[in-house]
Amino acid sequence: MTTVAATAQVAHGHHDDRPFIRKYIFSTDHKIIGIQFLFVSLFFLLVGGLLAMQMRWQLGFPGKPMPGGGILPETMAPGGVILPEYYIQLVTMHGTFMVFFAIMPLLVGVYANFLIPLKIGTHDMAFPRINMWSFWSAFAAGLVMLASLFVPEGAARAGWTMYAPLSARHDYSGAELGQELWSISIVLLGLSSILGSLNYITTVINNRAPGMTWFRMPLSVWALFITAILGILALPVLSGAAIMLLFDQILGTHFFDPPAGGQALLWQHLFWFFGHPEVYILILPAMGMVSDIIANGSRKPIFGYHSMVFAIISIAFLGWIVWGHHMFVSGMNPTLGSSFMVSTLVIAVPSAVKTFNWMGTMWRGNLRFTVPMLNAVAFVAMFVIGGLSGIYMAATPVDMFIHDTYFIVAHLHYVLFGGSLFALFGAIPFWFPKMFGRMMSEPWGKIHFWLTFVFYNLVFFPMHTLGMAGHMRRIYDPTQYEFLKPYQPLNEFISISAFLLFATQIIFFVNFWYSLFKGKKAPQNPWEDNGLEWSLASPAPHGNWATTPTVYRGPYEYSSPQATEDYLPQYKKLPTDREPATAPVAGH
Amino acid sequence: MSWWLPLKGSTFAGEIDGLFIAILVITGIAFVIVEAGLIWFVVRYRARPGRKAFYTHGSTRAEVIWTAIPAVTMVALGLVSNHYWVQIKGRNSIPPNAYPIGIHAKQFEWQVTYPGPDGKLGTADDFTVRNQLHVPAGRPIVLALSSEDVIHSFFVPQFRVRQDVVPGMDIKAWFQATVPGTYELGCSQLCGLGHYRMRAQVFVHTPEEYDAWMKRAAKRAAQGEASE
Repeated sequence: MTTVAATAQVAHGHHDDRPFIRKYIFSTDHKIIGIQFLFVSLFFLLVGGLLAMQMRWQLGFPGKPMPGGGILPETMAPGGVILPEYYIQLVTMHGTFMVFFAIMPLLVGVYANFLIPLKIGTHDMAFPRINMWSFWSAFAAGLVMLASLFVPEGAARAGWTMYAPLSARHDYSGAELGQELWSISIVLLGLSSILGSLNYITTVINNRAPGMTWFRMPLSVWALFITAILGILALPVLSGAAIMLLFDQILGTHFFDPPAGGQALLWQHLFWFFGHPEVYILILPAMGMVSDIIANGSRKPIFGYHSMVFAIISIAFLGWIVWGHHMFVSGMNPTLGSSFMVSTLVIAVPSAVKTFNWMGTMWRGNLRFTVPMLNAVAFVAMFVIGGLSGIYMAATPVDMFIHDTYFIVAHLHYVLFGGSLFALFGAIPFWFPKMFGRMMSEPWGKIHFWLTFVFYNLVFFPMHTLGMAGHMRRIYDPTQYEFLKPYQPLNEFISISAFLLFATQIIFFVNFWYSLFKGKKAPQNPWEDNGLEWSLASPAPHGNWATTPTVYRGPYEYSSPQATEDYLPQYKKLPTDREPATAPVAGH
Repeated sequence: MSWWLPLKGSTFAGEIDGLFIAILVITGIAFVIVEAGLIWFVVRYRARPGRKAFYTHGSTRAEVIWTAIPAVTMVALGLVSNHYWVQIKGRNSIPPNAYPIGIHAKQFEWQVTYPGPDGKLGTADDFTVRNQLHVPAGRPIVLALSSEDVIHSFFVPQFRVRQDVVPGMDIKAWFQATVPGTYELGCSQLCGLGHYRMRAQVFVHTPEEYDAWMKRAAKRAAQGEASE
C-alpha cells in the first residue's frame, strides 16, 4: 500500500495546479489546513483577549464606564457600564473561546495537522478529506459561537463549565438562544476534534517513513499522537453531554433538572470526565513542541527520551482517573474524594520527570537564545508554577478553602497561558519559515517575549493572594463584600497589568502579519534542526516530498561526535548507516 | 490588605492552614530548585563560539532519583491530607451533638432556618431569617443544605468551609466557629446574574449572647406569624 500511495504522490509531487478554491479554501493539504486553523484560532485568541479586558475593567474599576464601552448596546453596557448579565457572558465566553477555539485548535488543529506528516515523513494525512471536514466543522462551530454574542439576551451565561441546571433551564440563566447556540457549537466542535483525532492516530500508526520507528519519533509527534487518543476518547463524552443539554434546553427532557427527576451532578461528572483529559489535550502538545525546541536550542539530545515518552503516556493515562478533583466540594461522596486526591497527586510525578528532563537537556548545553528557545524556557519556568500550585487544590482539605477562588484562576492561567501559550509563542516563530517561507522578526520577538513575560506574571501571580483571601471566581463586583474591599487596589493593579499584557500582544500580531509579507526569506533549515521537515524547501511544497524520505536515526542527535556540525538530521545518511529493512509497519 | 490567609475562625482552620503551609514548603523547595537551576543553566551554558554541547542521552540514575522523590513526597502528602479530610469531611465526621441549622439557597439569597428554642429542626418552633446566619461559638454546627433552583455554594473564608448546595440533594456540612465576631457568607458557585450579591452576614456569638438572640428572634418570629 505504502509504495503504491507513495508512487501516486510522486506523480503530482511538485506541480500543484489545483484551482484557488481547492488550494486555499476547501483544501485537503494538511499544511494548508494547519494554516487555516492558525488564522482562525489566532482570531479567536484575540476575541477571547478582548472579552478578558472587559472583565478586568469591571473588576478593577467596578461600575465605572469603560473607555470605548459606549459602542456596546444598552443590553450589555448602558453608557459603557458593564451589566452583571453581560459580565457573566464575558466570563463564559472568555473561557469558551480560549479553551475550545484558541488554545486547543492552536495546539492540535494547527500543529497536529502541520507537523505530523512533515515530521514522520509522509505526503499528507491518512484521510485528507476527513481532515478538511474537521477544519470546516470547527469553523462552523466558531461562527455559531461568535454569533451567540449578538443574539437577543446575549451569549451563554453559565460559565465555560456550563454547570446544570443553571445552563439547562432558561428561567434560571435568563438566556435562551445564547445557551442553545453554545450547545450546538460544542457539538460541532466535538465532531471536528473527533475527525481530526481519527486522522492523526491513523496517520502516525500507518504512514511513518521507512526507518521512522516509534522511538525515533520526535516528542512533539508522540505528544500529538497521545493527545489525539485523548481527544478521540474524551470529545464524544462532551458531545454526548452537550446533546443531552441541548435536549433539556429545547425538547423538554430533564436529564439535569432535579425537580423533574434529573441529576445536577450528572453534568459535572460528564463534563469533567471530558474536561480533565481536555486539560492534558491543552498541555501535552505544548510539552512535546517545547521538548523539540529546547533540544534544538540547547544543541543537545533530549535528556531521557524514553522517560519523556513514558511520562507523556502516564500523564495521559492518569488524566482519565482524576476528574473528580474538580468536584471535591460538589456534594460527591467524600470517600471518592480520597481516591481522586491520590490519583491527582500522582500526576505530579510524570510532570516532575518532564521538568527535570528539560533541565537535564539544558545542562551542559550550548544554549542559543532564539525567540522560540526563550519562550520554551519560559514555558518550563511557568509550567512549574502552574503545576506546583495544582498540588494545593489536589489536597482535599486545602481545596475546601481555595476551590472556586482566584487561586484556581491563577493556577489555570499559569498552565494555559504560562504553559500552552508560551509554548505557542515559541512554536509559531519556530515553524513559521516552513509554513510561509519567511522568518518572523527576532528583535521584535524578543521585545514581545520580555514584555509578555513580565506583564503576564504581574497579572497572574497576585491572583494567588486574592485566592488566599477567599476572593470568589466569577463575581461581577468584589466590592460587594466587606472582606474583599481591602483587596481592591490589588484588583486594580492586576487590571492595569492585564491591559499592558494585552497591548503587548499587538507586537506579536504586527510581527506576524508583517513577516508574512515582508519577513526575511527563510533558508531551508534556519534553526539547524534535525527534523524531517527541514529537508524540504521553505515553505514546504504541496505533497511534501517527491520521494518518501528515509530515516536513519533519532530526532535529537545534536552535538553528536559523528558529525562535524552540531546537528545530525534524521534524514542524513552517514557512510556507517544501513538502510532500514522495510517500511516500519509490516504488511502495509 | 493581608498577604496571608484570613483569620482562623473555626476548629479545623488551623489544620487546613497547617496543611497549606506544609504544601507551601514542599512546593517552595521544588520551585527554588527548578527556577534557580534554570537561571543557572541559562547563564552558565549560554552559547559561546567554539564550544560544543556535552553529548549525552540521559542517565538512568538521575531518572530514578527524580521519579522516586516526587512519588514518595506525593504519596506521603496524600496520606496526611486524607487523614484531615476524613476528620473534616468524612462520612462520620459530623459531631453527634452538633447544633442543626437549615440553609435553603435560592437565586439570590440564603434562607436560614433555626431550630427554635427546642434545638431541633423540623418542629413547630422553627423560624427562618433571610441572609443572616447566627451561630454560637464553641459548639459544632451542622448545616442541612438545600437549593431551590440551581447550584450555589456555601462559603465562609474564615471558617475555611465550603460546600456546594445542589438542587435535588440534601447535603450536610459542619463547622465549629471559635472567634466571636461578624463575618460574611458568600456564594462561590456561579448561580446566575445576581451571583455576586448573594451574600449573607454571619454572626458568631458567645453562647450566652446566642441564647439571648435566639429568645428574641424566636419571639419576633412567633409574633410575626401571629400578626399574619
